[in-house]
Amino acid sequence: MSIVLNAPPRRGTPRGATFEPVFEGLCFGAATALLVALGGVLVSLAIGGWPALSRFGLNFITGVTWDPNPDHEVYGAAGPIVGTLITSAAALAMALPVAGGVAFFLVELCPTFLRRPIGTAVELLAGIPSIVYGMWGLFVFAPFFAAHVETPLMSAAPPGSFWETLFSGIPNGSGMLAASIILAIMILPFMAATLRELLNTVPPQVRESAYGLGATTAEVVLSVTLPYIRRGAIGAVMLGLGRALGETMAVTFIIGNSHAFPKGLFDSGSTIASTIANEFNEASGLQSAALIALGLVLFVITFTVLALARLLLRTQVRA
Amino acid sequence: MAVSPSRIASRRAGNVLFVAFCVLVTFIALAALALILYSLVSQGVGGLNLNIFTKSTPAAGTPGGLINAIVGSILMSVAAMIIALTIGILAGTWLAEYAGESRFGSVVRFLNDVLLSAPSILIGLFVYEILVAPFKTFSGFAGSVALALLAAPVITRTTEDVLKLQPTALRESGVALGAPVWHVIRTILWRGSTSGILTGALLAFARISGETAPLLFTALNNQFFSWNMARPMASLPVVIFQDALTPYPDLNRLAWAGALLIAASVLAVTIIARAFSQEPRR
Repeated sequence: MSIVLNAPPRRGTPRGATFEPVFEGLCFGAATALLVALGGVLVSLAIGGWPALSRFGLNFITGVTWDPNPDHEVYGAAGPIVGTLITSAAALAMALPVAGGVAFFLVELCPTFLRRPIGTAVELLAGIPSIVYGMWGLFVFAPFFAAHVETPLMSAAPPGSFWETLFSGIPNGSGMLAASIILAIMILPFMAATLRELLNTVPPQVRESAYGLGATTAEVVLSVTLPYIRRGAIGAVMLGLGRALGETMAVTFIIGNSHAFPKGLFDSGSTIASTIANEFNEASGLQSAALIALGLVLFVITFTVLALARLLLRTQVRA
Repeated sequence: MAVSPSRIASRRAGNVLFVAFCVLVTFIALAALALILYSLVSQGVGGLNLNIFTKSTPAAGTPGGLINAIVGSILMSVAAMIIALTIGILAGTWLAEYAGESRFGSVVRFLNDVLLSAPSILIGLFVYEILVAPFKTFSGFAGSVALALLAAPVITRTTEDVLKLQPTALRESGVALGAPVWHVIRTILWRGSTSGILTGALLAFARISGETAPLLFTALNNQFFSWNMARPMASLPVVIFQDALTPYPDLNRLAWAGALLIAASVLAVTIIARAFSQEPRR
């Protein structure tokens, strides 16, 4: 008796293996969707803003008149663009030393029992929605700022001097400087938390050997740990800047919303995001195209800043 | 080699200045943030009452609440999370398990990081262009898509990170038992990373529940209570924005109460997320 093999033996395929390429395809599709979304933002802003960009050309960026009156529509966005850059830069200049100080305090100086609570508090505050900061700015900060900072400074400035120009504006608590301060408070917890995380990546041996050589705390921080995290720190700062540039709600409440080129610290101004938030729902035709073109400008600015930040941060931590 | 005493003194003085600066700014920062929380609580608690949870947003001068905005916010955030979880988990899985060192993988990774911190108002404009303008109506769906675009990068990022923490031996042993790769991912890797992915999801949820800018041009607002996501829909942040900018004190009080509600729920979700992420840490 012989067994006749009428088919060569086959390896069994595992159950469900046919679905493998489908699953991989789904995962790939989802990853591509994210890419398409970011590309879509750019393309849709470019298409939507094209009527305004082609009509005004370079004047869209350099012009200072923003006039939606249908009889003589002109859109020059220099006011909002400069407003965005100034408020963000000022916010960064104010928040950076403070955020650095907080991070150094938490890592080098803070008593151990306080380290966790303060660190946690800073991280939790980084998650508070920006609209809360905006409301606080409008209802609490602005009246205080008008009465105790703006009015005294304006009356103290000698007439005709540089100071009078700098402090010009309406002392109602809202304006360029007030918006910068609120922005600074908003990005502060975020930057402090990121810097602290970076400082924690410094190996203890590096820090300890510096102390062992007799360095003071200031010397350890400024000439050992800070250079160690240099690249990442610049990345963290630029992430903070990216946040400030694109921030809408905290600014819209308090900047005063005027399209003119801001002349003084207390003068009303606008940012790109606040202009879009205020006008887009009432806009149509050319005005709406101009607002979308403004969005495109913001996209280009923030994309550059964020891309640089990510490239610098990548080498250290993925914040 | 003798060190001159004056040099030591100046280094000491520099150190004292530095330490004093750090302590001072920490104090100032914490004070400013405490001040914000204080006014949030003191102004918000006064506005909290049963009407908030039973009535819709009022016209100035009439009693009312925020129930339409609360329901709208919850509906849109939940819908957004469903979309974002699907895309985010799959995309994160692709980046961690299939992309490897490929060029396309690193491009997606990089642009996902950029999308993670892109200005939310631009996401709103984009969704307006693709979902509001063509259909000629603001809708709750458009709002959820905008929120999903903000949440998905966060989830993608966390999913990738936690999957990469899983040991390679785990994947190999699954495959050695004869399971297809996608089976290994589903039944071993995802299961092992549940708490990490959940943390990411909660953080993403906390982030989108306070977002205002992307909803302004997508979901708009609605004075009345509504479950219909194909129509304009109220949300807490947008109602706060509009009520805070009116000159009416009763609407302002409502805005404070709403702000307190949002901040409290965001803090609660963040704390829960942190509790999740702390547990499995060795």
